[in-house]
Amino acid sequence: MPNHPSPPGPASSAVSRRALLTGTAAAAGLGLAGCGSLSGGLSDKTRVKQWNLLAGADGAIMTEMHGDFSAEHPDIDLEATTFGWGTPFYTRLVMGASSGNASDIATIHLSRLKSLSPATLMDPITESELNDHGVAAEDFADGVWEKSFAGGELYAIPLDTHALVNYYNRTVCEQAGVLNPDGTLLETDGVEAYFDLLRAVKDVTGEYGTSLDTFAGWRQFWAWYRQQEGEMTFGDGDYEIDDDKALTAIEIMYRMAEEGLCPTFADGGQCAANFEVGSAGLVQVGNWEINRFRAFNEAQGLDFSMTEMPSFFNGHRYTQGDCHAFVLPRHNTWDTGVREATLEYAAYMLHNSFRWGEGGGHTPAYLPVTESAEYQALQPNAEYSGVVENVQFDPDVWFSGSAARLFDEVGGVLNQVYALATTPEDALAQIKNRIETLLALPSPVD
Amino acid sequence: MTVKTEAPPVPAAMVRPPTDTKKQSWTGLWFVLPFVAFYALFLVWPTFLGLYYSFTDKSLTGRAASWIGLDNWFEAFGDERAWNALWNTAEFTLYSTPPLVVLSIVFALLVNRARRIGWFLRMAFFAPFVVPVSVVTMIWIWIYQPDGGLLNHYLELLGLQNADTNQIWVQGEGGVAMWSVVITTVWWTLGFNFLLYLAALQTIDPSVYEASSIDGANWWQQLWRITLPLLNRTTAMVIVLQLIASLRIFDQMYIMTGGGPNRESEVAIHYIYIAGFEGFRIGYASALSYVLFVLILIISIFQFRLFSRKED
Repeated sequence: MPNHPSPPGPASSAVSRRALLTGTAAAAGLGLAGCGSLSGGLSDKTRVKQWNLLAGADGAIMTEMHGDFSAEHPDIDLEATTFGWGTPFYTRLVMGASSGNASDIATIHLSRLKSLSPATLMDPITESELNDHGVAAEDFADGVWEKSFAGGELYAIPLDTHALVNYYNRTVCEQAGVLNPDGTLLETDGVEAYFDLLRAVKDVTGEYGTSLDTFAGWRQFWAWYRQQEGEMTFGDGDYEIDDDKALTAIEIMYRMAEEGLCPTFADGGQCAANFEVGSAGLVQVGNWEINRFRAFNEAQGLDFSMTEMPSFFNGHRYTQGDCHAFVLPRHNTWDTGVREATLEYAAYMLHNSFRWGEGGGHTPAYLPVTESAEYQALQPNAEYSGVVENVQFDPDVWFSGSAARLFDEVGGVLNQVYALATTPEDALAQIKNRIETLLALPSPVD
Repeated sequence: MTVKTEAPPVPAAMVRPPTDTKKQSWTGLWFVLPFVAFYALFLVWPTFLGLYYSFTDKSLTGRAASWIGLDNWFEAFGDERAWNALWNTAEFTLYSTPPLVVLSIVFALLVNRARRIGWFLRMAFFAPFVVPVSVVTMIWIWIYQPDGGLLNHYLELLGLQNADTNQIWVQGEGGVAMWSVVITTVWWTLGFNFLLYLAALQTIDPSVYEASSIDGANWWQQLWRITLPLLNRTTAMVIVLQLIASLRIFDQMYIMTGGGPNRESEVAIHYIYIAGFEGFRIGYASALSYVLFVLILIISIFQFRLFSRKED
């Protein structure tokens, strides 16, 4: 962006020189005081700063929950800030934490925990602290709980599990004849069976069968690669990938786009819009979009439901996913009251995560919520509740995880596959080349 | 730099008799001090700190940094991706600078002639420049949307495109992505150069034109022999500012193309951002920044030399 000086505005004759100077001095003082301890001094409330990356439809649910929290905790002043999802958020978090001036608590993807260098950038949490606020290790599934540790220390408090799911427009799918008598989507087995389903839907919409985010191809790739039981492991400067299985997964994308069963180009917004306006009868996107589609339903009518990913190989309905979790960025000093209030906030969000599941479509990590009869009966959550068992987390290496470099780099290549600009063979070669380049970089967290 | 669209005559009363110059200079210092302090703290100090970091493996994760000598620099010079990014930056500069200079002269000439609706045209051409980058890119991403975007919609209406084979713009291969951003940038930032030219045009003494028309010069001759030569100083400044601005391209490219497709539009600052903030390698990113800094410096010096020679 050209850093030109600001354009000349109308001369503000109303401001006296003295007023101007006072204002400037005050502004300079503010700037030098750093990221304000100002409002903290103005009230008796304990201030808790929270940073999150929930810039999507689920962010509205979190904001709503924050309102409830504030109403129930008049002594705590919760100051939540939402940053752009992905790199903009993580950049801010890391830079803030490296100076010890980040928020008191922040949301992250659990897959990113190790790559965020918890030993230097995060403050560990003790289990007894959590117990004091009514949260215990037994409240979480083992796998998720273990992922919250790094170097033997607990750094994260898991909030949910979220994954790529399959939304379907009931009106369109009914016309296409791909619904069961009870109105749920037909279960298919194998790539061809699902392609047939998409063809039937495409005949109805006249445009696409399914919509998807062509910029986030890593998610589809990982789901279809893992359904073939493909492994991706990283060692010291070395890695293993199953070329045949990877190629098969990429070929599915290419063929789907080539036949016009999915768009050749759709960013996050368009991916959802295709489904909303009926250009596509299905959309493969994360469960977090549920709130957006509900809002659209209220505004213009959209009869939809959600199910798990279709099974393409071996009868697996594996999907790509991750967990949102809370972490405490490193503080130069912790005020006891603030730390207590911060953990109180985290515990509140877990205890009330029914709303997070109901409104945000996520599966709460807090078992007392998910095991409750009320949650089990929740629709359409119950229809895709299997994702918790079928979710496939990203490979274990410092550049992997949601919005990490592997996700970005592979997604960039796959975007060109959907666009039919790169053949699957070339795409695989490029992906491998990029992984090798990433591997050659010094790990920032070792 | 102030830009005036009208050059008011200086009334004699405003020319003050010289007063005690020493006292005046001291007062001025106090006014300059806040800026100097900020300048030193947020520009000069980081500049030197960055140079120091480029010789270390400083990481954003807060791990202790150690001195690694010229390793970062050697890596930067051997890094294919860095060269590709620099080349893309150069490409963007080459594509964006000529239209941003030529079109702003053309529009300034037009507006300068249109006396009646001049205020409206001035506003119309300058308005996009006031819009923040996030809004500009959002509008243009919509325009470029392959499905239902404004551009493809009209191309289809004109029969230039088939609805089944939508042109992909911001991720288009073979320079399409780059050009998409160039067009957006021209639309967005043209207004600033335009205003500089307009101001310069209005300072040209009308009697020069009067004299030349008495001598029989037509409009074309006046343009080439009078207007453009008298705009030389402005052109020199506009080109320097424009080159520097274009070499620093990041925002629009990052938001619109994200460096895609296949790194075709990944520019230097974007790669520095990736190395530093995604890869946490502040040391290496510092070295890359210095490479870009030195390149911009060389180009600027070369340009100043070129233009100052012309002026003589």
